[in-house]
Amino acid sequence: MRGAQFFSPGESSPDYREVHRVGGRAAEQFSRQRWHHDKVVRSTHGVNCTGSCSWKVFVKDGIITWETQQTDYPSPGPDLPEHEPRGCPRGASFSWYTYSPSRVRYPYVRGPLLELWREARGRLDPVAAWAEITGDPERAARYKDARGKGGFVRSTWPEVTELIAAAHVHTIKEYGPDRVVGFSPIPAMSMVSYAAGSRFLSLIGGVILSFYDWYADMPIASPQVFGDQTDVPESADWWNSSYMIIWGTNLPITRTPDAHFMTEARYRGQKVVVVSPDYSDHTKFADDWLAAKPGTDGALAMAMGHVILTEFFRDRQVPYFTEYVKTYTDLPFLVTLRQHGDGYVPDKFLTAADLGRDGEGVAHKTVLLNAETGEPFVPNGSLGFRYTESGMGRWNLDLAGVDPVLTLYGRHSEAVAVELSRFDVGPTEGGSTIHRGVPAVRVGGRLVTTVFDLLMAQYAVQRDGLPGQWPAGYDDPQPYTPAWQETISSVPAAAAVRVAREFARNAELSRGRSMICMGAGTNHWYHSDQIYRAFFTLTLLCGCQGVNGGGWAHYVGQEKVRPVTGWSTLAFALDWQRPPRQMTGTSFWYVHTDQWRYEHFGPGELSSPLGRGLFAGRTFIDCLSQASRLGWAPSQPAFDRNSLDLADEAARAGQPVPEYVVQELQAGRLRFAVEDPDDPRNFPRVLTVWRANLLGSSGKGMEYFMRHLLGTEHAVSAEESPEHLRPVEVTWREQAPQAKLDLLTTIDFRMTSTCTFSDVVLPAATWYEKHDISTTDMHPFVNSFNPAIAPPWESRTDFDAFRLIAEDFSRLAESHLGKRSDVVATPLLHDTPDEMAQPGGRVRDWKTGEEQPVPAVNMPRLTVVERDYPMVAQKMAALGPLVDTLGTAAKGIGWVPTESVDYLRRANGVVRGGPADGRPTLERDIQVAEAILALSGTTNGQLAVRGWQELERRTGVRLADLAEERSSERITFYDTQVRPQAVITSPEWSGSETAGRRYSPFVVNVERKKPWHTLTGRMHFFLDHDWMAEYGEMLPTYRPPLNYARHFGAQGLQEEGRPELTLRYLTPHSKWSIHSEFQDNLHMLRLFRGGPVIWMSPVDAAKIGVADNDWIEAYNRNGVVACRAVVSHRMPEGTVFMYHAKDRHLLTPRSEISGWHGGSDNSLTRLIIKPTHAIGGYGQFSFAFNYYGTTGGQRDEITVVRRRSQEVEY
Amino acid sequence: MRIMAHVAMVMNLDKCIGCHTCSVTCKQTWTNRPGMEYVYYNNVETKPGLGYPRRYEDQEQWKGGWSLDRKGRLRLKAGGRLRKLLSIFYNPDLPPIDDFGDPWTYNYQTLVEAPLGKFNPSVHAISALTGRDMRLRWGSNWDDDLAGSLELARDDPNLAGLQDRVKMEFEQVFMFYLPRICEHCLNPSCVASCPSGAMYKRAEDGIVLVDQDRCRGWRFCVSGCPYKKVYFNHRTGKAEKCTFCYPRTEIGLPTICSETCVGRLRYLGLFLYDADAVLPAAAVPDPQQLYQAQLSVFLDPEDPQVQAEAARQGIAADWIEAARRSPVYALAVRHRVALPLHPEYRTLPMVWYIPPLSPVADVVHAAGYDPADPDNVFATIDALRIPIDYLANLFTAGDPDVVRTVLRKLAAIRAYMRAKQLDLPVDPNLPGSVGATPADLEDLYRLLAIAKYNERY
Repeated sequence: MRGAQFFSPGESSPDYREVHRVGGRAAEQFSRQRWHHDKVVRSTHGVNCTGSCSWKVFVKDGIITWETQQTDYPSPGPDLPEHEPRGCPRGASFSWYTYSPSRVRYPYVRGPLLELWREARGRLDPVAAWAEITGDPERAARYKDARGKGGFVRSTWPEVTELIAAAHVHTIKEYGPDRVVGFSPIPAMSMVSYAAGSRFLSLIGGVILSFYDWYADMPIASPQVFGDQTDVPESADWWNSSYMIIWGTNLPITRTPDAHFMTEARYRGQKVVVVSPDYSDHTKFADDWLAAKPGTDGALAMAMGHVILTEFFRDRQVPYFTEYVKTYTDLPFLVTLRQHGDGYVPDKFLTAADLGRDGEGVAHKTVLLNAETGEPFVPNGSLGFRYTESGMGRWNLDLAGVDPVLTLYGRHSEAVAVELSRFDVGPTEGGSTIHRGVPAVRVGGRLVTTVFDLLMAQYAVQRDGLPGQWPAGYDDPQPYTPAWQETISSVPAAAAVRVAREFARNAELSRGRSMICMGAGTNHWYHSDQIYRAFFTLTLLCGCQGVNGGGWAHYVGQEKVRPVTGWSTLAFALDWQRPPRQMTGTSFWYVHTDQWRYEHFGPGELSSPLGRGLFAGRTFIDCLSQASRLGWAPSQPAFDRNSLDLADEAARAGQPVPEYVVQELQAGRLRFAVEDPDDPRNFPRVLTVWRANLLGSSGKGMEYFMRHLLGTEHAVSAEESPEHLRPVEVTWREQAPQAKLDLLTTIDFRMTSTCTFSDVVLPAATWYEKHDISTTDMHPFVNSFNPAIAPPWESRTDFDAFRLIAEDFSRLAESHLGKRSDVVATPLLHDTPDEMAQPGGRVRDWKTGEEQPVPAVNMPRLTVVERDYPMVAQKMAALGPLVDTLGTAAKGIGWVPTESVDYLRRANGVVRGGPADGRPTLERDIQVAEAILALSGTTNGQLAVRGWQELERRTGVRLADLAEERSSERITFYDTQVRPQAVITSPEWSGSETAGRRYSPFVVNVERKKPWHTLTGRMHFFLDHDWMAEYGEMLPTYRPPLNYARHFGAQGLQEEGRPELTLRYLTPHSKWSIHSEFQDNLHMLRLFRGGPVIWMSPVDAAKIGVADNDWIEAYNRNGVVACRAVVSHRMPEGTVFMYHAKDRHLLTPRSEISGWHGGSDNSLTRLIIKPTHAIGGYGQFSFAFNYYGTTGGQRDEITVVRRRSQEVEY
Repeated sequence: MRIMAHVAMVMNLDKCIGCHTCSVTCKQTWTNRPGMEYVYYNNVETKPGLGYPRRYEDQEQWKGGWSLDRKGRLRLKAGGRLRKLLSIFYNPDLPPIDDFGDPWTYNYQTLVEAPLGKFNPSVHAISALTGRDMRLRWGSNWDDDLAGSLELARDDPNLAGLQDRVKMEFEQVFMFYLPRICEHCLNPSCVASCPSGAMYKRAEDGIVLVDQDRCRGWRFCVSGCPYKKVYFNHRTGKAEKCTFCYPRTEIGLPTICSETCVGRLRYLGLFLYDADAVLPAAAVPDPQQLYQAQLSVFLDPEDPQVQAEAARQGIAADWIEAARRSPVYALAVRHRVALPLHPEYRTLPMVWYIPPLSPVADVVHAAGYDPADPDNVFATIDALRIPIDYLANLFTAGDPDVVRTVLRKLAAIRAYMRAKQLDLPVDPNLPGSVGATPADLEDLYRLLAIAKYNERY
C-alpha cells in the first residue's frame, strides 16, 4: 500500500500495509438514504407457481421500490428448518412490472372493432349494435382478421364495459348462455380475483373452463387410484422422509422456496435419487442420478415394482407391508375372470350382488375372502356403504377382526392362465398380450382371483406351479424385469435393482417414510396416468401413503384452495343458484379449436387386443360425444339450441324439462352440440380470460387456436383427417370454420400474447395493488394480498372489472333478457350418489337402444335454473340465501353455516333493498375474502368440528378431535394481514395439521380408517371400467410415448443443403419465469439469454451445423418456432428442450418457413384425447371440476430442427 | 496483538440451488440505477463456467490481487506506483463492458403502441447503453447451467491442468453454483490499488467501501480486485461496490443477499483477528499454506485472554459476544468446513464456502455401495462427479486433501444422522475418522440443516 497510493494523508501502520485515517465517511449516507423507506406492505404473488410466499413490499415516496421476503411464518418447531424466507428470483423481480413499459395502463380495443362499434353505437342500442356488427360477415371479418396485428386504440372503462356487456347479452339471447365462456386458472393463487369472474359467469349461466386437466398437471391416476383430485405432502414434510426419489419435477426450479427442505433433509440422512433425462438443477443434489430416456419412466418404475414384489412379498414378507396392503388397498379384493380365447382375462370386481345378496348398494359392495373361514366377506367401507341408509356408521376400513386373504396361492383350486396386455411390442400402439398364471377359486359360481395375484402376474413375479410365460430372473429381458427396462430407459439394470431395494428397505425400516416427488416431466405424457400408477405401486406396496415423510408428492400445477368450501360457494354462486356450468378445458379446446379435424389415428390404434373393439373405427371426438351423452363428461355448449329457448319450448309443450329434452333427443330433433361443433349455432362466441395467458402459456395447439378460434394468421401445415379416419357420429363439415369467437377479452396488467390477440384488453391491478387471499399445498398458511399503492393509471382489480361489467350487463338485460329459465346439463358427479349410477362401469348406451335414456342415470342430469338477468350485479354483491337452506359442501361433506352467515352480516354489513335485502354484503374484495374464510373449515374451527362430526356419523369412527383443539378459532382477513396463518385440520382435506403436525395426505384415512373416495374405499391397483379394459389399463403397466413419427410420417422439409434432425421435443418449466409470467421481465431476461431458446446436445447440434447462440427454427405439422440454440453437454442426445410458455412477442423473429412470427413453444404442440379420461358415472370415475377430465398433454411431440439464416427480422 | 473485529460470510454451496434470488434482491435494492445496469454486487455463477466478468479468475490476464516478489514480499500483481502512473490513462488490465455483458433492454412499448399492420408485434433487444439494436452475445449469467458449455465452460480457468480428465461429455457432466459478493478481504488489493485513497476498510467491521466523494474514477480498484467485485458507474464516473449492506447490518439486519437466500445457505458473523498477523499470513510462500495461514490470523473468541484484550482495545462487549456465537467462526474455524475462495490471490478473503457434494459418477460401479446391504445407501466421496481437484483449484490453491476432508465430514454427518433416525447401528469410528466427535457432527447438523434465522446471522 505504501507504493500504491499517491496522495493519501493518514498514518501508516508499522508494516506499511495500512494507512489509518479518521473521518471522511460522509458519503456513507448515500447508501443509508437508499435503504430508507416510508412503509412496508405485506403481499404475495398471484402466479401459478404454488409458492404462495409472503413478501414485504417497500414503498418510498408513493412508489414501490423493491420487495424482499417475509420471515415471520409460524415455526414448525425446534427440530425442523423454518419456512422463511420463502420466495424466488422471479417474485423478487415482480415490482419491475408496476412501472414497466409493457404494462397495460388503459382499456384498449383494436382499431377496426372500435371504429365499427362507435359507428353502430351512434345509431343503435348497444345490444343491437353488437348484433349488427357480428351478424354482418364483412364487418365481422374486418375486425377478426386484424387480431394479433397491433393497432390498439385507447378507450375508456364505460365504453368498454358496455361493449363487453352488450356482447354477453346478445350472445345469451341469440345463442344461449353456454356460448359465453370464461377462462381463469388456479384459484388458490388469488381466490377473490378468480371468484370475481366465475361468480359473474355462474350467475348468467356462462361456462367456466377447468384448467388443471387442461394444463395436463392433473394426475389422472390420482382420482383413479385415490378417488381424490390431488393431495400431497407440504414441502416441510420432505424433512420427514429418509429416502426421496425426485422423478420428473425439478424442485429447485419449480419449487424454489421449498427446495431447501430437500437439501437440508440430506443432512438428516435422507438419500436423494434423481431420475431425469438431463443433468439439471436438481440432479446436482442427488446421490444417484438415473438418466432415463424421456417418457420411459414407467418402464423403470415397473421394473422397480418387480423387484419389490419379488423380494419383499414373494421371497420374504414384511409384516408392515402385508398388513398395510390388506387394510388400505384393493389388493385382497376378489376379481372375476372372464373366458377369453383359450384363457382368461380379468373382468370386474366381485360384488355382493354377484353373491346373490340383495339390499342397498350391493352392486357397489366389493368382496374379500376371509382367511380363517375361506368364505367370502363383504367388508365395510366400499361405495355401497357411503350413501345408503344401512351404510350409516359403516363407511370405514375396519375389517371387524377378519383377516383377508391377500393371495390365493396355496389355497387355490385352479391355476389359470390370464392374458395381460403389454405395450412395449406389437403391431399397433395397442401392443400385444402375454400369458401369465394366477391362482383362482370359485366363489358364487364365478372364477375369481385377488387383485394381488393379478398384480404378481402383471409384474411377472413367478410362483411355482402357475402357468404362463415368466422371466428367468432379473437378467432376463422380459416385461417387467430390470434387464427389460434397461433396453427401454437405458438405466443400468443393476442401478434399478439397487434403488428399488433401497426404497423398499428404507420404508421397512422407517414404516413408510420413502417418498417420490413427481411432476411435469413424468406427468405431461399421453400415458402419464400409467407412469403414475407404476409409481403408486411402489408407494402403496411399501406402506408409504398416509405416512409423514412418505408417499407420492406430485408437484405440478397441483395448488390447494385450503378454504375450499367457502371459496367454491362464492366462486360458483352456489349461494344463489345451482348447478354452475363447469366444463373440462381440454375437450372444450380440442373441439372448438377444431384440432379434432387433424387426426391421423384414432383410439382404436391405442386399444389393447384384449379389448372388445369398443373404439374400432371411431375417433377421439366420437368418444367425447359418447361420454357427453352418457352423463360421464361435461359438454358445453350443451345442445344445438339455446338452453333458454329449450326451457320455453318445454313450458309451451307443457312437459317437464327432462322429459321434453329426452323426447327431443330421441326424436333426433335435438342434438348435443359436440355432435356438430362446426355448426355456427354451436360456436363459443364470447370468451373472457383473466389471470391467465391462454395463448402464450397453456394453449396447446396454439396455431389451431389462431386458425379456427380467432381466424388470424397461423402456421398450421397439418393435413385434415383422410376420409376413412373421420368421425362416425360427429358431423364433418367440408369447410372448417374460422374465427368462431366474436369477442375475446383479456384482463391483465402486462401485454401477454393473449392480450395482443384479444379484441379488448382491460388494465388489471397487480398483486401489489389489491386485496386477496392465497394458499398452496406447499405450506399450511393462508397469505394475504394487500395494496402497497392504489391501482395506477386506469387499472382496476379483477373484482372491480367484473363488478363494472356486471352492472352494465344487468342494465342492458332489463330490456333484452329479463327473467328466463335455463336448462343446465351436468354430468354424474363425484362425491355424490350419482357415482352409483352405472354399476360395474359397464357401457350401456341409450343411443344404440340398449336402454332407455334416463337423466342422471345414463345421461346428464338436467336442471332448470331461474335466471333473473337484471339482478345479476346485485346478487353478485351479496351472500345469497341458499347457504342458509341447502348449506355448503366439499367432497361430499356438508354443513349449514348459520352462525357464519350471521357473523358475516355483522362483519361485512348488510345489503339494503333489492333481491339481497338483509343479506351480508360482498360489495368489496375484502368482504369476499372474509366470507371465504368464515365459510370454510380450514379457517373456521367451528365448521371444521361440525364437518368432522358429520363424517363421524357416516363412518362410525372418531374424527372430531382432530379439530377440537382449535374449535373456537376463526381466521379473519385481518389476521392474514398481520402474519401468515396456519390452517385448521378439516374434512375438506385428508391430512392432519393437528398439534402442528406437517401435512401429509391420507393420514386421516390411514390413522382413522376413513375410506378413500373410491369403489372399494381403498386405494386401487385394479380399475375395472369397460373403457379401462379396452385400453388395456386395468393394472399398472408401461406404455411408451406416442409414436408420432409413425402416425404422421417425416415432417421435415428436406431441402437441399439444409441439414435437419427430428428430435424429441420437451417443454419443461423455466428457470427464469413462472410459465409466461416474468419471462418478459428485464431482470430475468438479463440473467440468462434475453429471450426464448432451445437447448440441445452438442452431438445433435454438430449434425446440423448449429453452434451455441445460433438462430434456429424448430417446426412440425403444427407450426414453427424461431429462436436461438443453447448447446450444452448437460443435454442428452436426441432430445431438445424449449423451456415452456414463451410469449411469442419477445425476440421472436419472422420464420423462414411460415413467413409469420416464429411462434412459441405451443406452436409445435397439439392436443390429443385419451378416452379413459372421459369415463364417468362409476365410483371414483365420476366427474368433478378439475378432478376428472381429459388432460392436455404435450410431451409426446417431436420436432424437426435446423439452422436458419442468421439475419432476423421482427 | 492488535485485535480487530470483522464481519464475514459463509455460503454453503452444498445447499445452493442456483436460483439467483440473491442477485435480484441485491440488484433491486442497490444497483437498480442508471450507470449500474450491468452491475451485480451479488452474482451467481455456474461452475464450470467463465464467470462474471468473463474469465475473471485468470490473473495472468487481469493481474488482480497480490503476488510475491523475488524477495518474498507482497506486491500488487498489476505492478507498483510507476506502472500505475504510466498506465493511468489507459489501464490494460480492465475488462471491457462486453466481458460483463452489455446490458440490454427492449423496445417494450411496441407491444402497446404498434400500429395496425401485418404482423404480431415482437419486441427486440436494444442496448441500454447506446439505445441501438443489438444481437445478444454475452451477459452476466450467459453460461447458466452449462449453457454453451463446449464453447464456454471449457475455458474455465479452474479447469487448468484438468482438461485431459474433465471432458465436456454427457456421461461425465457435473455442475454447481457459486454465488459471489465482494470478499471484503483482510488484505484488499483494491484498496491498495486506488491512486486517490478513495477506498477504505472500515476499522470497526472491516467492510471495504469506496468514498464517493474522493473517487476520481481511475478504475485501478476494478483491475486490482482479482474477484472483479468493484464496478465502474459510467454515469457518475465513480467506482461502486458491495457494501456488505452496512445500512442494514448497522441496525442489526442481515445483508439483503443473506436474508433473501431461499436456499438458506448464507451465514453472517463476526471474527476477531490479529491485525498484526495479516501481512505475514498473506505472504507465506506456499500458496497452499495460505488457507492455514489465514486461519491463524483469527482469534479464538472463547479464549478469556482474547476477550480481555479485545475489551481493553475498545471492542464492545456485545461485539465480543457476537464473535462468540458467530456461525461463521464455527463453520470456518471450529469445524473447518468452510474454505476461502482463491486463497492464492493473497487478499485473505472474508467470504467463505462450504464445498458441494454431488451425485456419483457411475451409478452402477460407485464405490461404497454393497449389493448385500441395502441399508448402506451412500457412496464414498471419491466416487462423486465433481472432481476434487476442481474444487481444490477454487478453494485451496490446488490442495485436494483439504477439500476431501471437508467433503468427508459432510458425508459423515449424513451417515451418522441417518443411522440415528433409522435406529441403525452407528459406526463408532465414523466421527473420529473425520476428526470430529459425535457432538461435533450434531452441532454441524444443527447449523447446516436446522439453520434457524437467529443461528444463521
